[in-house]
Amino acid sequence: MKDLIDRLGTLFTLGDITEKRDDLAFVSVAPDLLRAVITHLRDVEGFSHLVLLTAVDWIEGGRFQLTYLVNNRTKACDIGLRVFIDREEATMAGIHDLWPTAATYQRELKEMFGIDFPGSPRIDEEFILEGWTDIPPYRRDFDTKKYAEETYFHRPGRETFDPATHMKDKLYPGEAS
Amino acid sequence: MEAFVKPGEKNRLKERPERPAKEELQPRVVTTPDGQEITVEPLKDYYCEAPPKVHPPAYFKIVEDLFNWARAESIWILGFGTGCGAIEMRPLMTPRFDAYRYGIQWRPTPRQANLFVISGYLSVKTLKRAIRSYEQMQNPKYVVGLGSCTINGGMYWDSYNTIKRLDRYLPVDLYITGCMPRPEALLAGFLELKKIIKAGKGEGANRYAENFAWYKANQKQVIHDWDMPDYSW
Repeated sequence: MKDLIDRLGTLFTLGDITEKRDDLAFVSVAPDLLRAVITHLRDVEGFSHLVLLTAVDWIEGGRFQLTYLVNNRTKACDIGLRVFIDREEATMAGIHDLWPTAATYQRELKEMFGIDFPGSPRIDEEFILEGWTDIPPYRRDFDTKKYAEETYFHRPGRETFDPATHMKDKLYPGEAS
Repeated sequence: MEAFVKPGEKNRLKERPERPAKEELQPRVVTTPDGQEITVEPLKDYYCEAPPKVHPPAYFKIVEDLFNWARAESIWILGFGTGCGAIEMRPLMTPRFDAYRYGIQWRPTPRQANLFVISGYLSVKTLKRAIRSYEQMQNPKYVVGLGSCTINGGMYWDSYNTIKRLDRYLPVDLYITGCMPRPEALLAGFLELKKIIKAGKGEGANRYAENFAWYKANQKQVIHDWDMPDYSW
């Protein structure tokens, strides 16, 4: 893994490098470098399998983190590429031409985080939600509790009991606890 | 079961904008095989527009009691699992718990079933399908809510896409508490449901027909892309 990152470092400008295990490391790259790095990993270093593409909402820093996790089947090791993009204008170059499966991940991110991947197939279609009118629900400024209270009916009387004392009162009423 | 809330109670929920109908439901011009051009309105032409009707007991009490006994002893469940509760029904079918002893069996289509078990959490997306399935079932039909999710939201009480009170959307006859209820609890619940039916109180389908507008308003409150007829049967 160390040699791989050294080789990457000679070719590209890398950001933070986190080595989690011998077979797992995370590397930050600039958004415009990502396609070059990931294509190099796929075609030269043998990272042929896209494990996942996911996002993290760093609302305090005003940015989204995209994580591209790719896996080398022969060497059984993974490398994750981290990309930080602006939260307000969340757009990113898609990788659906490198891995067709990425189109599905990109549709999900578009619906759940509002990150746009221009040119990705079926990107504007509904992915899981039907008739969603609010802001994307995985953004951290979406208040799911408030939304649920405004949208769904409550049944009054949700209260929590301490199981031990509750059962004691129920089974042996009148006894001093 | 708590008293049924009458229509006309205050609705404090947020108003939602109307959405245009889906493309396949828009009126369109179709050329018939013999060359005529006709306009087709899918929602009007492909479905029946008649609202559900109330069917009061029609016979002497003694005959109705016999009917209710027969209904109670042949509960046919629609094989539609909405959440984790569906997995509780597998052991119920199999020899260990063997619900078939009680005349309970699972049927593949709504037309053959008279009990709809909402098994666990019900997301808005599934609610749409559940409503369609329920409306296609034949009278008399019963609804059982399974687990805390159908009662008050359960562990999904703050979820953005899971309903919290099933009785606002479908006429529930009985709740079975737990998360998840074990198969024994389900059997106890089914025996309780039999008592309800034998006492002539299993009138969910009539409640649904009487308060149809209220149920529909509640359903449309959460289902924002309503792309089906108001009553499909």
